[in-house]
Amino acid sequence: MNKQELSRRQSKYTARVAPKGERLATSAMIASLDSEGRDTIAAPFGHALVDLAKTREDIVGLTADLSKYTDLHVFAKAYPDRFYQMGMAEAVLMSAAAGLAREGFTPFATTYAVFASRRAYDFIIMAIAEENLPVKIVCALPGLTTGYGPSHQATEDLAIMRGMPNLTIIDPCDAVEIDQATRAIADHPGPVYMRLLRGQVPNVLGEYGYKFKLGKAQMLRDGRDVLFVSSGFMTMRTLDAAKALQKDGVDCGVLHVPTIKPLDTETIIAEACKGGRLVVTAENHSVTGGLGEAVAATLMRAGVHVPFRQIGLPDAFLDAGALPTLHDQYGISVDAVTTSVKGWLA
Amino acid sequence: METERSNVSLERRAWAIRRNALLMGEVQGQGYIGQALGVADVLAVSYFHALTYRADDPEWDGRDRFYLSIGHYAIALYAAMIEAGILPEDEIGTYGMDDSRMPMSGMAAYTPGMEITGGSLGHGLGIAVGAALGLKRKKNPAFVYNMLSDGELGEGSTWEAVMSAVQWKLDNLIAVVDFNNQQADGPTTQALAQVPEAAKWDAFGWFAQEVDGNDMNAVVAAFDAARHHKGAQPRVIICNTKMCKGIPFLEDREITHFVRVEPEEWAKALSILDEGKPA
Repeated sequence: MNKQELSRRQSKYTARVAPKGERLATSAMIASLDSEGRDTIAAPFGHALVDLAKTREDIVGLTADLSKYTDLHVFAKAYPDRFYQMGMAEAVLMSAAAGLAREGFTPFATTYAVFASRRAYDFIIMAIAEENLPVKIVCALPGLTTGYGPSHQATEDLAIMRGMPNLTIIDPCDAVEIDQATRAIADHPGPVYMRLLRGQVPNVLGEYGYKFKLGKAQMLRDGRDVLFVSSGFMTMRTLDAAKALQKDGVDCGVLHVPTIKPLDTETIIAEACKGGRLVVTAENHSVTGGLGEAVAATLMRAGVHVPFRQIGLPDAFLDAGALPTLHDQYGISVDAVTTSVKGWLA
Repeated sequence: METERSNVSLERRAWAIRRNALLMGEVQGQGYIGQALGVADVLAVSYFHALTYRADDPEWDGRDRFYLSIGHYAIALYAAMIEAGILPEDEIGTYGMDDSRMPMSGMAAYTPGMEITGGSLGHGLGIAVGAALGLKRKKNPAFVYNMLSDGELGEGSTWEAVMSAVQWKLDNLIAVVDFNNQQADGPTTQALAQVPEAAKWDAFGWFAQEVDGNDMNAVVAAFDAARHHKGAQPRVIICNTKMCKGIPFLEDREITHFVRVEPEEWAKALSILDEGKPA
């Protein structure tokens, strides 16, 4: 370690002070994404896959030591002979999924988003994507959904994965969408990367009569002043923020974009062109290389010039801590979103 | 420049490590306490018998490096570093809290004495190879220790480092594997560790020893043999440990990767530990 690096490290940890008074405890890595008072549905991915597997004998499941933490254990219990425990080995997880796909199976391979996107990238891009094989990579802990620090926070997985040709990328919002998207990606002929919320997953979209369509963005509510363009659980947040802002007389629409790639550019352009709204993208991901920049590029390429703001995680290694603290700190809680929008409109 | 040896017994050190870990687990009401209790004896030997370091200067260049690959074992290493005086005892209550220097997963930027950021498994041994090469270049006689888990041996990158260490004849590298036969989804020996572990390392060219990691004398002997071995080759100690060691009612619980402890059981575990306090 050189002197500069050493001094950076020392100043960082000597700057940290012992907490005084009441502080939040780091939530468990396996904890579900909680939403107070909201209905939840248990393990929507696992149960959808079991249901699918009743009629789809080609479906098999693989994991790299994380079945319990990706809800694949539900499938493993129902179909033990169609489940492959690959051990803590993400490279062979992806290569073997490719091999199974070559023999006519539809493999669902699960791990954490950090491990698929960072470690296994070469094995996904060459063995799976380059040959356009129907492997479904389903990954828990997307973005900032754990307080364990950068080793488990996949804040740049979309940026990494968006660079991969042939790959379809899904960032579902809630349990309803995870159930529907699991079925849709099973029918899709190519490779898919899907971000997963696991455990007790909130039911948000039920009340909107929502139906997931692969590749389609959908308006969940309309509004005159602001157009939120959001994906993943940030759509829960934008819907809640829209309700909060309504009380202050700010009328917000929410365009939910669960398919990050290929992006539904037609709908995004059409909605952005509708009458003088502030366009605000919101994503559980770094501001670099995710939904926000994809939307910005889409609008620029189409010559659509509208007021534009981006809500997302900073381009930084994030802190460890309790999720509610971190979501506030990094601007993706409902309160933080509401405050940002008010500031931009002021 | 050797660290001063005290006359406190290793058993007493291991007891203190277990106690510190239980106190931290109680703060969060959770934690990888099963692993911490299991590995406490190995850490006692590491920090109070084998390693050379200065408690008040964790960056001292003459220190033996101790790389913790397994970020979730941070609770155990904090417990050992508190007993060693590297971390202050009065921060126990901050474990895993917002703004703490002791986050639940071990990271170099947060904690004095935490050499590397672990948690993404399969990194530690490779970094240790580079550090061992660097120490040799500097003619620094320090050892690099890397504590790995059995599950981590499934990662291909670990085996790249295993082969590299032999290529470079890294006799200053000591890998310490905590083999508790428990990874996230179940027993390691039902996943990728179906062949005896020490034989694999031996076949790859390492000086390999396998010991009962909860037998203090055996662990001491293995660390001594690893340090004093004459061969120009890296060394590994496979430590077979028992999850939850030292707290019988937890040892008897159905063992999983993440042992559940009810709120009232922390005090019970601490009182059981206190009853068996060694001299």
